[in-house]
Amino acid sequence: MSTTLPAKEMPINQSALSSGRVMTKPPPIKAARSGPMADRIFGVLAKGAALLTLAILTAILVSLTVSAWPAISKYGLGFLTSTTWDPVKEEFGGLVMIYGTLMTSFIALLIAVPVSFGIALFLTEMSPAWLKRPLGTAIELLAAVPSIVYGMWGLLVFSPVLSTYVQQPLQALFSGVPYVGALFSGPPVGIGILSAGIILAIMIIPFIAAVMRDVFEVTPPMLKESAYALGGTTWEVVSQVVLPYTKAGVIGGIMLGLGRAIGETMAVTFVIGNFNQLDSLSLFQAANSITSALANEFAEAGEGLHQAALMYLGLVLFFITFVVLALSKLLLAQLKKNEGAKT
Amino acid sequence: MTTGETLLRAAALDEVRQAKYSQRKLVNRVALTLSLMAMAFGLFWLFWILFETVRLGVGGLSLATLTQMTPPPNDEGGLANAMYGSFLMVMLATFVGTPIGIMAGIYLAEFDTKGWLANVTRFVNDILLSAPSIVIGLFVYAVVVSRFKSFSGWAGVMALALIVIPVVIRTTENMLQLVPSGLREAAYALGAPKWKVILSITLKSARAGVVTGVMLAIARIAGETAPLLFTALSNQFWTSSLSEPMASLPVTIFKFAMSPYENWQKLAWAGVFLITVTVLGLNIIARVVTRAR
Repeated sequence: MSTTLPAKEMPINQSALSSGRVMTKPPPIKAARSGPMADRIFGVLAKGAALLTLAILTAILVSLTVSAWPAISKYGLGFLTSTTWDPVKEEFGGLVMIYGTLMTSFIALLIAVPVSFGIALFLTEMSPAWLKRPLGTAIELLAAVPSIVYGMWGLLVFSPVLSTYVQQPLQALFSGVPYVGALFSGPPVGIGILSAGIILAIMIIPFIAAVMRDVFEVTPPMLKESAYALGGTTWEVVSQVVLPYTKAGVIGGIMLGLGRAIGETMAVTFVIGNFNQLDSLSLFQAANSITSALANEFAEAGEGLHQAALMYLGLVLFFITFVVLALSKLLLAQLKKNEGAKT
Repeated sequence: MTTGETLLRAAALDEVRQAKYSQRKLVNRVALTLSLMAMAFGLFWLFWILFETVRLGVGGLSLATLTQMTPPPNDEGGLANAMYGSFLMVMLATFVGTPIGIMAGIYLAEFDTKGWLANVTRFVNDILLSAPSIVIGLFVYAVVVSRFKSFSGWAGVMALALIVIPVVIRTTENMLQLVPSGLREAAYALGAPKWKVILSITLKSARAGVVTGVMLAIARIAGETAPLLFTALSNQFWTSSLSEPMASLPVTIFKFAMSPYENWQKLAWAGVFLITVTVLGLNIIARVVTRAR
């Protein structure tokens, strides 16, 4: 390959040319000599830039840990299971926020996964060829809309609609039912875990759908055509041939979407209600997530334990997204390996 | 077995098969209808969001929006300082982040494609790419703001640059890998040094793709709010000094949208409209550029 061509051999060739054979016009020596030095500088710069990204990650981890240290040393892992969050008495525990983050992301996945699968199925198997590109672009544009737009739209446009047309009927329907009724209790104001979950779902649908579409498209046509030739319907081909073949990739894509949902700040902050208590399991209850707690409290928190506790939350958030991303990478790599084995 | 019995059994079997077949067809039809509905569901949100943004955004837009400072509650004003702050910080962050991103992308695609350092860098880059942007804000706060005891435009620039770098690294690497190696080999065969091959052959032929990556990065940071909340903070007045707190469009929208004041909310919608148009415009241009290649 060209990239393995050693730069050091260059001057030897050059000198052989200029000393050995007679040429009508020898190559300019200055240009030839500027090669190795400039090459070295360029190589060092490129490597330095790559090392810089490693340094950035290390710096993020170290500085977050250092800033969070007062809280880490005081609470240890008990921080993760305590529900008290009282800046006045300086008592901090992160369970309310961690629950909010995980619950909203879970709701988001519950909605986004089937919808994304449907979109990917439509784009790969059903859509006429001329529609594929514009529809794919439209879905990708949905991913490009800044999260603050989702947030503001969610707060001022979507949550009143959700409150009137979804929450109130649901509440009326399930008011007397045990267990299920508890999920829908609380004030139906359109702000809380459910609306945050729905907005997150809308935000991550394009991410998951794009990955699913891409992995569906790598399924060898031969496999699909054989299945069709045996008389399979479109649904059977997709669910029994394409989906098993791309399983790892699909789960990888879902994990990618989950990572997005967990780390999303603005859209959630607008609609979750920022309420630091865990009174009931109701989906209508205002709650808090790690990201929105950071967005709302950090700038006002004084230096000291409050800030350290928020930094600790940030560290937990970073750790969760790291695990999710590592899993998704692993699964996507798995798909690549299988691909190589089968072709 | 008589012929009659055989025929009867065959007919019964046929009936079972027909039933089974029509059931499969029904399942298929239901699944495909659901898939169609999923597609419509996805597009529905896009159009609803765009529709409301345009409807409410254009209503709040006026000449004053572009020329006046952010007002106190219940007063006339515009978004000029926030727009300027956003523009300045996004531009500087792009200038800082792009060269680093491109160089690291070059390293991954041209110098070290399969080594351990490249693999580690790729992995780390993916982590940075999907790291919650608010964590980047926390990091810059801990490193810059708490040290200098002041929120500043520079801190905002740094936070945004940290978001630009991984995006540019990813696209640069991908685009450079698309350049056929015959092109590189031809340049080497002519005796060109490696830096020259990279800069004037490989990078040049991947130019459109790299530019697209930079544009997508700009689109991404133009709408970022979370990393600016505790780095650049906000500022009600016009400032061009980057060592002071600096207003930006997204943070101003956040502040105004959460407020109960009608004029602030109106301005927030105007700001949302401006951001959406910018970001979607950049995305569409980026797409057109890559397709025209």
